[in-house]
Amino acid sequence: MTTDIAVDCRTCPAYNAAALKKLGMNVEEADYIIALAGNPNTGKSTVFNALTGLRQHVGNWPGKTVARAEGGLIFNDNQYKLVDLPGTYSLLSTSTDEEIARDFLLFGQPSVTVVVVDATRLERNLNLTLQILEITESVVVALNLIDEAQRHGIEVNERQLSRQLGVPVIPMVARRKQGIPELLQAIEAVAKGDYVTRPHRTRQYDTRLEKALEAMVQTIEQTYPDLPNPRWVALRLLDGDASIEEAIREHRLGDLSRGKSVVPIADTISLEVVS
Amino acid sequence: MTLTLDQLKIGQEAVITKLVCTGITRRRMMDLGILPGTHLQAEFISPLGDPIAYRVREALIALRHEQASQIEMILVEESEV
Repeated sequence: MTTDIAVDCRTCPAYNAAALKKLGMNVEEADYIIALAGNPNTGKSTVFNALTGLRQHVGNWPGKTVARAEGGLIFNDNQYKLVDLPGTYSLLSTSTDEEIARDFLLFGQPSVTVVVVDATRLERNLNLTLQILEITESVVVALNLIDEAQRHGIEVNERQLSRQLGVPVIPMVARRKQGIPELLQAIEAVAKGDYVTRPHRTRQYDTRLEKALEAMVQTIEQTYPDLPNPRWVALRLLDGDASIEEAIREHRLGDLSRGKSVVPIADTISLEVVS
Repeated sequence: MTLTLDQLKIGQEAVITKLVCTGITRRRMMDLGILPGTHLQAEFISPLGDPIAYRVREALIALRHEQASQIEMILVEESEV
């Protein structure tokens, strides 16, 4: 019976304008993995539900997605796995949910990361967005709650924002499914490489820091050749980020036994930089 | 005398001058949008007087006295607003 309804819905042009098939919990054999990140309470779970047809608990208080939730969808014959990450303001300070989000972006290596931002609090949301752009270049920004923003007299120039960030920016009202087809198209374009992003990044630090980084990156690459973003990891290690040290140990247990640890080297190098 | 954020009364406005805290606490403050030059306002106080909720960059953020006392500020006088 349920299949009949699904088929009826699928043949209705109003429903299927975006060639979207929601797969709910079925996340087998995904062609692409999509991560949903963003500040707390920006509508990540609403976007997640709109895309997967699931009813992951949505509430207007922050912090309710503690662990990550997963769902599936098919768009234009490709199967996607969607991972809803906990909302965070940052990837750099250490709370459990920030670590879950950061570890997934760093080690889970999603094909595309969708950063859901609140158009009414854009300044606050860009902190995390820029941090994510430092880790991964495959990013789509979902500019959510533009109806609320308009009500407050805020107008966002999304084309300019997209130019400055170097990634697609899609204005949305996820609650009313506005912008969902456009979001899917942007995700597909970035996943398949049709849209080449040019993420806004800090490219050149102080010469002494750059020198230290270079040395560290080399060691990290030798020890962990599979690590997606050694430069970012090196920066965090130089910053004395204990959770990154731990994360590397946990996720790369096998590698640790054969290679020398990167962490003591970080200590030596930071000493050199300081002195 | 240096004023710290925990001394801000409800309705008063301040500008942050300095973060005294270091390391992760400092990072956390900055991630919440609290850095030197930031304007904020004390809006609500909990029944026991601690924590206090501040309006920072369009969001409401509650800080404990312990945290707020590590943030230096100058008051924005009514006349200047």
